[in-house]
Amino acid sequence: MIHYRWNFAPVWDNLDVLAVGALGTLQLFAICAALGLSLGLFVGWVRYSGSKLPSLLAISFIEFFRNTPVLVQILWFYYALPLLINVDIKPMMAAILGISLNSAAFSAEIYRGGIQSIEKGQWEGAKALGMTLSQALRRVVFPQAFRRMLPALTNRMIEIFKMTTLASAVAYVELLQQGKLLSSLNFNPIETYTVVAIVFFLCLLPLVQATYFLERRLGRSDQ
Amino acid sequence: MKSHTPPALLKLTNLKKSFQSMEILSGIDLEVMPGDRIAILGASGSGKSTLLRCINLLEFPSSGSIALDGQLLGKATTSTATRTYGQAELPLIRQRIGMVFQQFNLFPHMTAGENVMEGLCTVKGWGKPQARTKAEEELERVGLQDKFEAYPSRLSGGQKQRVAIARALAMEPELLLFDEPTSALDPELVGEVLRTIRQLAQEGRTMLLVTHEIGFAYHFANRVLFLADGVIYEQGTPEDVLKNPKKEKTQTFLARHREFNF
Repeated sequence: MIHYRWNFAPVWDNLDVLAVGALGTLQLFAICAALGLSLGLFVGWVRYSGSKLPSLLAISFIEFFRNTPVLVQILWFYYALPLLINVDIKPMMAAILGISLNSAAFSAEIYRGGIQSIEKGQWEGAKALGMTLSQALRRVVFPQAFRRMLPALTNRMIEIFKMTTLASAVAYVELLQQGKLLSSLNFNPIETYTVVAIVFFLCLLPLVQATYFLERRLGRSDQ
Repeated sequence: MKSHTPPALLKLTNLKKSFQSMEILSGIDLEVMPGDRIAILGASGSGKSTLLRCINLLEFPSSGSIALDGQLLGKATTSTATRTYGQAELPLIRQRIGMVFQQFNLFPHMTAGENVMEGLCTVKGWGKPQARTKAEEELERVGLQDKFEAYPSRLSGGQKQRVAIARALAMEPELLLFDEPTSALDPELVGEVLRTIRQLAQEGRTMLLVTHEIGFAYHFANRVLFLADGVIYEQGTPEDVLKNPKKEKTQTFLARHREFNF
């Protein structure tokens, strides 16, 4: 390794630039996680609901968005869609569309898998008490399925957080975008990108810890 | 004259059930009177469980009809033999028919008490305090008042099944179905569940019990049905069917079950 004198001073001096980026990242993450995971629940439910045409549409949606790169989707929403519908699309909107729809497709599969993993007897136990299908799902099946889904949903959230960096491709102001800006202004990619990576790490660590805590809490009935 | 006979609580008419091309039930006719305790026996694959599951519509009969308290369930379709059962109707029917499963089917994320309260709160819309009192009563009836806060994973098989019985009882069903309630239990735990069921019999409840416990069926039931080839092959009092079976398949079945008795 070459001898390199680390100098973080220019990064500290411009911490406010990174802070603006971090805020943009958090905003994009919150919106995409909320939209992606709830839309995924809807898509997963439609796919599972059994009616033919809606189920086919849900499957098409899932397969399309799972099998195209998010970066391509963001670029398509930013550059191609406005030409097709003649409406201006902001970088943030393009990023939200790309990341949310992609996450919806992945999380729909997580929900479906989780719900299908619950044994038939649980549905029957609920039905035999006189529950409607939606009561059985809400009270009996989903709470159990959620526990099994949690590790996969955690991974999805982490993925969404990291995918927000793709928004820099359309110049949305987020952490990486601001890092790029600083690094090219100060010619210090080593320090800047190191700090960017550490900020990501520090943001994600509590998120992961929180879900571990939740998993333990939900696991109480096993003890 | 007819007005003197009370109406059947449950009446099955020419009930048939097929899975794909396999016909499991080939025409069951049965009337269950209030207070009847009916044991259903038969070799595995004879359709005993399917019969119970058709009664509370966990399986839809392929044809034939079910009447509960004189009321035909479902709607007639164009083909006269088949009926359809709407999603709105099913919960109302099932509330009136309690079911206890071989595999208990307790909800593992709820305590024993919450399992018993669940139907009351979610289905009947009771408030928590009222449901809790009822759940405590029902758990006491099955001798598990001290297990209210225990999760199913902390209970033995026999205890789980008794919670499942309490859960069914809490809904105050007109008819109770038991689908091999002791078949998943270790032998030493069978007794406690059978004692609970016997106690319910003494309370005058109407029950259908699918079982392999022939000795229990003899003491418990006022009627015994022996199923073979998808029909009620032989039926009568326990004395008739279990001690003096008239037909060949019943005799063979009972002989096989006595093989190792001493």
